[in-house]
Amino acid sequence: MTIYRPGKGHLMIQFDTVHKRFPNGTTAVHDLSLEMPEGGVTVLVGSSGCGKTTTLRMINRMVEPTSGTIRVGGKDVLEQDAAELRRSIGYVIQQSGLFPHRTVLDNIATVPLLLGWGRRKARSRAAELLETVGLNADAGKRYPHQLSGGQQQRVGVARALAADPPVLLMDEPFGAVDPVVRTQLQDELLRLQKELSKTIVFVTHDIDEAVRLGDQIAVFRTGGHLVQCAAPAELLARPADDFVADFLGAERGLKLLSLTTLADVPQAAAPQDGPWTLVLDEARKPQAWRSRSKDAEVPLRPLKDGDSLLSALNESVTSPAGLVARVDGEGRLTGVTSREDIHEHAGRAHSAAGAATGAGVAA
Amino acid sequence: MYELFENLGSWLVSGDQWSGTDGIAHRLAEHLQYSLLATLVAAAIALPVGLLIGHTGRGAFLAINLASFGRALPTVGLVVLVFLASGLSMWPVYIALVALAVPSIVTNTYAGMNAVDADVKDAARGQGMRGHQVLLQVELPLALPLIMTGLRLALIQVVATATIAAYVSFGGLGRYVFDGLAQRDLVQVLGGAVLVAVVAVVLDLALSALQRVLFRHRPA
Repeated sequence: MTIYRPGKGHLMIQFDTVHKRFPNGTTAVHDLSLEMPEGGVTVLVGSSGCGKTTTLRMINRMVEPTSGTIRVGGKDVLEQDAAELRRSIGYVIQQSGLFPHRTVLDNIATVPLLLGWGRRKARSRAAELLETVGLNADAGKRYPHQLSGGQQQRVGVARALAADPPVLLMDEPFGAVDPVVRTQLQDELLRLQKELSKTIVFVTHDIDEAVRLGDQIAVFRTGGHLVQCAAPAELLARPADDFVADFLGAERGLKLLSLTTLADVPQAAAPQDGPWTLVLDEARKPQAWRSRSKDAEVPLRPLKDGDSLLSALNESVTSPAGLVARVDGEGRLTGVTSREDIHEHAGRAHSAAGAATGAGVAA
Repeated sequence: MYELFENLGSWLVSGDQWSGTDGIAHRLAEHLQYSLLATLVAAAIALPVGLLIGHTGRGAFLAINLASFGRALPTVGLVVLVFLASGLSMWPVYIALVALAVPSIVTNTYAGMNAVDADVKDAARGQGMRGHQVLLQVELPLALPLIMTGLRLALIQVVATATIAAYVSFGGLGRYVFDGLAQRDLVQVLGGAVLVAVVAVVLDLALSALQRVLFRHRPA
């Protein structure tokens, strides 16, 4: 089967007034129209029962819409064979859903085998994917229950990628792992996405995860209503209504800062005297702040240009000097930035994102 | 009492007792033949039923209740009933044994299918497996440990009950029990009973061991 591959910037998935009412009478999705660009990550967020998972599952026909049209790559999903459609779309779910009776390698090879690649070719592709998702080759011979939760999710992602589908559906894939592993998996997904440029639809109820991963975020309200769909910065700066604002939380101004880097904030020379000075090692890497009387040293976290304004704000609050040490790619001191400069820049970043509704930053 | 066990011991080990058409070896072979054939026929009926209701989730209530009803049927009563209806043949015996075996196999097969993780089934469908592929590649292998438990239980029950073949004049280890009762030969009755019990226990242990080997990779 051939897969329609439009160029960058095309729409990969289109919802046109899609409605889903379950037999018990509840409306899961209410007249949804939504477009998902090719190569972008669209995150569907909302509290439980808001229809985000149903929306995702209608894309690969795990749920059939009551009315309306869904197109993937320009083709109406209802006009395609459901099993073949699903083989052409990667699918990752929360509890990984790995087959407990099959080895990791055979789990990953599932779709290639369904497509009739033959066992040898399917297995070698699976071995390749183990590496792609950051697992050891010997993990392939193990069974899913012998892996940790985070490793199982990696295998789940590898299985979804096995036949190189243009679209990846991820239903709360990192919902069941601990926060540290979740952050790792999010980093890995961003790294993979840079390489692979899949069209990803990602469901979560964690707004921080949505802001981190999404190119656009669609916020749903109970009853299956889409309230707002926008890029993360725009959403945080201009929530469409109180519901979205509440959902984004009281720290949404700070979340916006997590999207802006420190690069544009000016720096000054490090203080040579004063109540606090920087301790540097031979390579000019900042080690700590030292008080004038030399009886106190406070550890610090030097920041690179690529770090977010949020982490700069955090560092400026914990620094006794009220200054943030800035370093280059090798970790050598380039200068310092004051708390005031960071604040001012944070405010400007917020206005730039179009904050007409007032900043949420508590000064 | 001690004398009885001594006699039983010599009855069980004497060479005469093991050879010939009335010998233990021959009766044991008959007994196993009845039991295996009845269990196989029962499996041929019960497995598809259990798999189908497990896969579709339909008809479970009816099937499970029918199975409970089947369990409550008195086996000897069934033998007599079919015997009266059809005359002297192995039919009453096989029908009764199959009726005995079917419920365990249906309920365990259904239980095994029902216990397959819903997320795993969802993932199988979501990867693009068709209904029969989900059944054969995912549900059946995952339900297999419980299915085998059902088959094992059915076989043990059938082995223990196949003595009734002798009740309607056929062979098997039940021969010793019924002949012994008729001849007031307590040693022979006990010998038959002990043999049936030993066969049942040995089969149970052997099949349990096989299950442990086959499913050693499964999570506990």
